[in-house]
Amino acid sequence: MAKISRKHRSTGRRSPLATVALLAIGLLTTGGAYALATTTATAESQAAAANEQLIEEGKKLFAANCASCHGLNLEGSKEGPALVGVGALAVDFQVGTGRMPMAFQGPQAARKAPQFTQDQIDAMAAYVASSGPGPALPDERFLEATGDAAKGAELFRINCAMCHNVAGAGGALTEGKWAPQLKGLDARYIYGAMVTGPQAMPVFNDLNISPEEKRDIITYLDYVSENPSVGGFDLGSLGPVSEGLFIWIFGLGGLVAITVWLTARSN
Amino acid sequence: MSTATTDTVTKPGPGMRFTSAAANYIDERTSASGFVRELGRKIFPDHWSFMLGEVALYSFVAILLSGTFLTFFFDPSMTATHYQGSYVPLKGVEMSVAYASTLDISFDIRGGLLMRQVHHWAALLFVASIGLHMLRVFFTGAFRKPREINWVIGFVLFILAMAEGFTGYSLPDDLLSGNGLRIIDGMVKGMPVIGVWISYLLFGGEFPGHDIVPRLYVLHIMLLPAILIALIGVHMLLLIVNKHTQFAAPGRTNQNVVGSPILPVFAAKAGGFFFIVFGAIVLIASVFTINPIWNYGPYDPSPVSAGTQPDWYIGFADGALRLVPPHWEFVFLGYTWSMNILIPILVIMVFLVLVTFYPFIEAWITGDKREHHMAERPRNAPTRTAIGAAGVTFYGVMWAGASSDLMATHFMLTIEGVIVALQISLILGPIAAYIITKRVCLALQKKDREIALHGFETGRIVRLPGGEYIEVHEPLNEYDRWRLVAHETYRPLMIRPNERGRITVGQRVRAGLSRWFFEDRIEPVTRSELERAHHHE
Amino acid sequence: MAEHHDSAADGSAVELSEPRTVTSGTAVISADRFENPGLPVDHQRVTDLDPAQERKAERRIIWLFWLSLIGSVFAIAAYFIWPIEPGNMTSTRMNNLMLGIGITLGLFGIGLGAVNWAKSLMHGHEEVEPRHDTRGTEATRARAVEIFQQANAESGFTRRRLLRNSLIGALVVAPLPAVVLFRDLAPADEPHELLRHTMWEKGTRLALDPSGAPIKASDVTVGSVFHVIPESLAKLGHGDGYLEEKAKAVVLMMRLRPEELNEAEDRKDWSYDGIVAYSKICTHVGCPVALYEQQTHHLLCPCHQSEFDVANHCEVIFGPAARPLPQLPITVDAEGYLVAQSDFHEPVGPSFWERER
Repeated sequence: MAKISRKHRSTGRRSPLATVALLAIGLLTTGGAYALATTTATAESQAAAANEQLIEEGKKLFAANCASCHGLNLEGSKEGPALVGVGALAVDFQVGTGRMPMAFQGPQAARKAPQFTQDQIDAMAAYVASSGPGPALPDERFLEATGDAAKGAELFRINCAMCHNVAGAGGALTEGKWAPQLKGLDARYIYGAMVTGPQAMPVFNDLNISPEEKRDIITYLDYVSENPSVGGFDLGSLGPVSEGLFIWIFGLGGLVAITVWLTARSN
Repeated sequence: MSTATTDTVTKPGPGMRFTSAAANYIDERTSASGFVRELGRKIFPDHWSFMLGEVALYSFVAILLSGTFLTFFFDPSMTATHYQGSYVPLKGVEMSVAYASTLDISFDIRGGLLMRQVHHWAALLFVASIGLHMLRVFFTGAFRKPREINWVIGFVLFILAMAEGFTGYSLPDDLLSGNGLRIIDGMVKGMPVIGVWISYLLFGGEFPGHDIVPRLYVLHIMLLPAILIALIGVHMLLLIVNKHTQFAAPGRTNQNVVGSPILPVFAAKAGGFFFIVFGAIVLIASVFTINPIWNYGPYDPSPVSAGTQPDWYIGFADGALRLVPPHWEFVFLGYTWSMNILIPILVIMVFLVLVTFYPFIEAWITGDKREHHMAERPRNAPTRTAIGAAGVTFYGVMWAGASSDLMATHFMLTIEGVIVALQISLILGPIAAYIITKRVCLALQKKDREIALHGFETGRIVRLPGGEYIEVHEPLNEYDRWRLVAHETYRPLMIRPNERGRITVGQRVRAGLSRWFFEDRIEPVTRSELERAHHHE
Repeated sequence: MAEHHDSAADGSAVELSEPRTVTSGTAVISADRFENPGLPVDHQRVTDLDPAQERKAERRIIWLFWLSLIGSVFAIAAYFIWPIEPGNMTSTRMNNLMLGIGITLGLFGIGLGAVNWAKSLMHGHEEVEPRHDTRGTEATRARAVEIFQQANAESGFTRRRLLRNSLIGALVVAPLPAVVLFRDLAPADEPHELLRHTMWEKGTRLALDPSGAPIKASDVTVGSVFHVIPESLAKLGHGDGYLEEKAKAVVLMMRLRPEELNEAEDRKDWSYDGIVAYSKICTHVGCPVALYEQQTHHLLCPCHQSEFDVANHCEVIFGPAARPLPQLPITVDAEGYLVAQSDFHEPVGPSFWERER
């Protein structure tokens, strides 16, 4: 997963300044618990100008692509929630996984190919973040799969598995919603989902699951994605239902075909 | 067509000397030659559907062999330990010894995972093949006299197989099996009067306790297999006594059995089939994961996984629980009546009892006391086939209920929609299946009559001198015709007063059921009908 | 089985003895039926007709048995060639796969070979064996009746009625001690009393599952869900009833906007500033009800799909559950930590017979 996130960064066309600017904007506008104060803020003054430009660009993109549902001033409408104070991380998750903009109104926005470049997403994130304090992008070190997989697995089972399945295969929710599968997912989006609680998913803030623990969970999911199923093909990790269907259709089905051959008159 | 074999004992060839000496040695001490005389040339009819019970038997052997291997390594203790094996995401985690030893079998013993997967896949196949075998017996009427008792024994074997499966499923003490036990605990507690006590005694105190795994282990590897093996023995013995049924065909009558002798043909086929079934199980086990317990983690009452389901054969019971509408519980006389648990249990019990006693019910309705050794074509017993289809549908809907969440996610439906649809199907599905199946059977019988009377359509169109076009039908030969006319039908029972001039309630019920069974019927073509048909042409 | 007539056993499809007549019920037996045309002429296989084909089939079968040999040897080799390296999952996978493939070949070779042998080389004609009534012959049955009568006369089993009934009575009662013996499957407590209490009591801090870290009300943001245990539980060892207590005490805690909660008058003070805590154990059959949707405030049980509405005291809105999840009354202590006001006011988990007692 860490590998994927590195690749992801290299594909963006943004200048290094943009990153600094984004961090700076986060620092300027957020405070308290969500400010990831671990980064330095030395480039504050130079970045301010670049920031303004980025926010302006994001605002334009937002007005063109998002405002019909979320309102020109992020105030929301019947079609979409207000976005004041949801933070840059929420935008990064929703737009980066292609969930936003939604293809159509349904029980849930599905994951699809992202509709914007990372630069554009960053611009919109900066714009939304400028509206009020909200979670910003996490420190890179919490996205590396270098934590304790065993601890992550335990936390995953207690906090995540009931919706996403112990192997991250996903599951059903009420009224047509679902918890998506998690295998091979970019670490920043796993992190982003936990912090921002997109759609039906509840929020797991840093006092519930600390950033280190979030890294452990990412490590466990990375382990599951990287290591093949030990016993052979995993039949979708869906548990006994797929196993039962398999034994009836292929196991018993195959043996019945053999009985037909076995009892047929040979010529 | 002759079975006559020479009885003269020929001198053994050079390669046979040891064999004959050994045979002689054994016979002089066991009188085994009598068995060989009785069984050696016993005839088994050939039909693919007669092999389904063998699939069950052979997968049971695979279960016994792989299970014995597993017992050498499995430790059924619920004492807590910290896992120190190979699987990284569980390293250092506190868990029961049972779970840790299952992980060791999976990751640190060469071939251990293979044997675990053989055991589990074979168990799924065992119950599945018993199910299919029972369906074959049901739909061909092979449960009729003199085989009613063997039907009941077979049914008990089916129940025991499920019990074996469930106890085995619970042994690894992982999250999946622990939640399965939790559900059992909840169901048991819902029973009137004794529920709490049964649960308390079963778990040796409060759920989950430290006793359930070793207790289930004793049931799983000793008590249940012992009963299972004994009953399989009786099942096979009765099979030998009753001889196998056969389908109607030229030369096959109710007084004979036509097929291959045990030695050598049937023994080679059945023996070879054992290796094929075992091989297929090992192949599946080496290529496809089953129950990856390491994903689930140790049992803990707090977590649960999406898609928590029992193995397929318990699915119908789980589904029955899921299909109950909300709020089915009331307090009466100060006690709690959990109808949301009792009703599904009751429905399942009634269903199972009906399945068990179906042979006796049908025998009572027909009043037929003869022995039946001809397997019927399902279409020739339309009402029975329709009842079977209704039962299969009923079971199938409950079974589907157990995967309502997966159906919702995979077919982009809502869980609520799936469940409501299944609730409706549980009532309407069997009725629809009954009506459709009965009509299809009758239609097929009509088609059979048509073919028996007028022969096959040839596709050749001939123009008669008068300008009329007809399609030429080719009459059947007597062998082909026999398959279409060999069966019997029953007429509805006429109510008649008994010796004391009364008509009893039992008589009325029986007559009513008889009318339900046999009012719609297509009788097979008779000789005179065929003659008349020929005259017409 | 031993009753077969030896003389009749050979040679013919026709039953020699007359079948016993028994009632055929409502079966239609017409004199106009077709006659069974008898066995058709035997069909010949290519291996019966062509010696070259026969030799070819034999070679094929020999090859199958050799394949089996190769497979079994391969399985033995695979055991050593693909060992399990601790911690390397791929090695375990390869061990499973290669060992399995070898054994599969070993078994399939024998199976396919034997079946092929039976099908193409062994005597291929159908043979006929007569059936007899399953019941014993009249003579056998008469003898059996005679034995029973003699035994009865010699023992006086039906004549000495008091003696016989005393024996039956003794036999019925003899297994009953076994029932008593099972009482000590579980300790001496009254089980339904145990179900009424959990570890929660006044002032118990709500703590994170599994670490046991206490939670401050300010930690719980709107839209959050916390999986909660009593703080004291985390100190309990597995031998001291950790799982048993946890099975009753686990709680799910959510924070909603206070205006989203529709609280009953008498339970208004059970929540704290929109934070509510409910038992996680389903009132249906006891699965953990843990699927919380922060937008709809629905809780879903993944086992049987019961749905509970957190905004309305977890009332059942769908599925087989009958009762709402029990609510844990909470408040904050002087340091701002969330604490229980008391134990649950009703038994948690599935319904049981004595629940309302």
